[in-house]
Order: sequence, then C-alpha cells, then structure tokens
Amino acid sequence: MPYNKRFDGRKFDELREISAEVGVIPNADGSARFKIGKTIAIAAVYGPRVLHPKFLQNPIKGVLRCNYNMMSFSGSGERVRPGPSRRSKEIGLISEKALEPVLDLGEFPGAVIDVFIELLQTDAGTRCAGITAAALALADAGFPMKDLVSAIAIGRIEDKIVVDVSKEEEDYEGGMADIPVAMMPRTNEITLLQMDGFATLSELKEVLKTAKKAIEQIYKVQKDALRERYLK
Amino acid sequence: MGELKVKDKDIVVPGDELADGMDFLPAGGAFREGDKIIASQVGVISVNGRLIKLVPLNAKYTPKKGDMVIGKVAAITNNGWFVDIGYSNEAFIPLRDGSMEYIPKGADLVQYYDYNDYVVADITRVSKDKEIDLSMKGPGLRKLSEGRIIKVNSAKVPRIIGKQGSMISMIKQMTDCRVIVGQNGYVWIYGVDPVKELVAVDAIKRIEERAHIHGLTDEIKTYLENKVGVKNAVQQTI
Repeated sequence: MPYNKRFDGRKFDELREISAEVGVIPNADGSARFKIGKTIAIAAVYGPRVLHPKFLQNPIKGVLRCNYNMMSFSGSGERVRPGPSRRSKEIGLISEKALEPVLDLGEFPGAVIDVFIELLQTDAGTRCAGITAAALALADAGFPMKDLVSAIAIGRIEDKIVVDVSKEEEDYEGGMADIPVAMMPRTNEITLLQMDGFATLSELKEVLKTAKKAIEQIYKVQKDALRERYLK
Repeated sequence: MGELKVKDKDIVVPGDELADGMDFLPAGGAFREGDKIIASQVGVISVNGRLIKLVPLNAKYTPKKGDMVIGKVAAITNNGWFVDIGYSNEAFIPLRDGSMEYIPKGADLVQYYDYNDYVVADITRVSKDKEIDLSMKGPGLRKLSEGRIIKVNSAKVPRIIGKQGSMISMIKQMTDCRVIVGQNGYVWIYGVDPVKELVAVDAIKRIEERAHIHGLTDEIKTYLENKVGVKNAVQQTI
C-alpha cells in the first residue's frame, strides 16, 4: 500500500509545531525546554565542576557528560521503566558526540560539564529534541560555542521521505527507515547521523537535503528563544 | 570593503554572523572564521571603531591573572591554603604569599585563615592546566571577618561596578555600607545598619537581574532613594 498521506495530515516536508524556551530551571547554570509536536525535552547544564572519580578526569581537556532519561510517565500509556538502560546510555553517548564539536573543552582541563536531558513526554524524535534542547542549555550557560546544534528525525516510508517522524509513522508496518540527523546549521557540518532501517544511497542523499531545510527552521526557533530571554 | 551585520547594543546568540570582511576585529565572545566574524556566546554587541566586542550576558567565572577575587578557605595543607573561588579547580595561597607579615615555617596556619573563612586575594598565576595561585600581599587584601557574602553571576560584575565604579560607589554612599566586589562574582557587604545592608543586597541582586537594561544606574538610584530616603542621598553627596 503506497504511503500517500501522513497519519496526522501533515505535508511530507512539514514539521510538527515547535517551540523553545530558555532558562526554565533557575538552579541550573543553563537550561532549556524544547517541544516538537507532543515530544517535550528539558535540558539542564551544570559546570564546569571537578570530575569525580578522579580517574575519569582528562588533564588535557574537559569532559562532556550527557545523561538522557525518559520519565516513567512519558510514553503513550505504557510505563517506562525508570533508571538507566542500554538505550538511554547509548543516546547519552551519541548526544555527547553530537554536542562536543561546538564546544571548546580545552578550557576546562580536569573538569566536567554535566548535561541532563529529561523527556517529559515522548512521541518519537526524542534524541533529536534532547540534543536541540541541550544545545540551547549550553548556550544559555554561557559556554563559548562555534555554533548551536539542531537535530531532526527524517524518515523514509515506502518511497516517500518524511520530515519529523511521529510515533505512528515510526511504527509503520511497511518499509520504514528512521534517520536522526544533527547539524551545526551555520557550517552544515553533520554531528549525528544514525539509521534504523535501510535506505538506498540516493534516498539518503535526499534525506540529508530535506534535513538541512528542516534544521534551518529549528535553528531559527532556537536563536529566537535565546534572544527572547533578554528581550522581555 | 567589510560589512557590519549588527548594530551597537544588539543581543546576539552563538552562530550569529557579526561582520563580513577583514576591516573588523573580534573581541570578547566573538571569533574570526575565514572572512567572517561570528558570535560564540549569548551577549551584547559593542562596536568601537573597527573593534566588535561581544559582552556575554551569562558566563561562569574564568580566572585571569591580576583579578581580585573573594574565596572561601576549603582546605589547609602544611604549605598553604586551598580556596574555593567558584571555579572548578580550587585556588592555592602559598605560604610565602599568605600574609603581609612573615609566616615562619611550621606555624599553625589555622591562626591566619581558618576553614570557611572568606578572604580577598589577587590571582598571581593561572597555569595552562588551570592551576590558580593567589596572593594576600597587597593593599586591601585580607580576611573578611564580619559582613555577609552574596554570590552573583560573574558576567554581571562589570555592571555592578559600573563605569569607573559609578554604580558601586553610589550603593556604598547611599546605604553606608562597605562593599567589595570580587571578579568571580562573590560580593562582600558590611553595613553598620543591618536594614541598609539588606537594601544594598537587594540593589545588587536587582542589578544582576536587570544587567542588560539601559539606564540602569538611574533606575537603581531611584530604587535606593525610595528605600533609604532622599535625605540620606543628599547628605552623603555634600
């Protein structure tokens, strides 16, 4: 069955509604909330502070440590088992790798920057929402950054390339590939590219092109959110 | 010919292009990439001739040589004191720089600065791996025995001090308080009148919150006048 119309009636290149707010956790050094459709991510940044246990310290450059966590009530009905899991460890790690290129960690030898990403409500695209929120929180904390990082999940369903996959689409029974992409939008450098499923080379190229367009929209929302905090 | 992409006092965010071409120079939280000057922090732009300076609106304290800071004694060893100055690494006061007077070897260091004592000190050295040395040798550098310490964002310290110290001297005059602002964002306040001391604390908190607003000095002046009365202000200026 061809996939001609999306489940929620969006156009194939249309994002869900996005919004962002900065400074949502006064206790943290920097914080942000990012919402895309029903997915809500909150990120809080603490540090740089001394890294313990000491053997984890790097005397040359600081360590970025991301903690990804889905709240137990965040799923759609099913209770998410609290605490670290194989999946959340992996996503924490790829978030670190996605954010590290914009930071200058050489300034903080022996120290750690802690990023906590909490998902309040999940409807697909959580790692992308988490990375986008974390980039905002890092900027809010005042770390010198080469650029922000924006991320979006692109999907291939049958022969269609769809932007910002929803949970319904992610669970699509036919041929489906879920491809999260994170970029530094100013220079178009890709900092995260994963794929669950399969796609041909030409499809993947199309995906990257589509991702770039979507990421520009997210980038704008991020920048406006950062400015908004001080314009009020 | 270079082109300026922002105006003076604009609020910029990381990744914003500030200028194109080699006619401009980046300073503060801005950097050059190829021909372009890019912002690396959330901050306010100040254009001064060819110089584009980005003043950050929020930043953790990064120690610099020559900064006067306030810190809390966190550990004592047999050759000096470790002081928490609000940075990831603790700063060190070596014995030879511990006091204006000579400290003999083997002296009981607790007699000079005990645990949890606050001290005002100068940063004498910041090494590449961010080891920080402090000195207590200098005018005004001492242990803070009375008064209170409040912590503010170190990015707002220049605003609290004001141009040529205008803001801080106004607070000092109008509240009859003694105030020391450390570059690391630790502020020491001591007033004979505890009510006025609280007014000074409120004023400084207010400056921290509203640092990015224009005409802040006048606003704080009105605020202080309302709190301590105009009389006091006039009296002090005569």
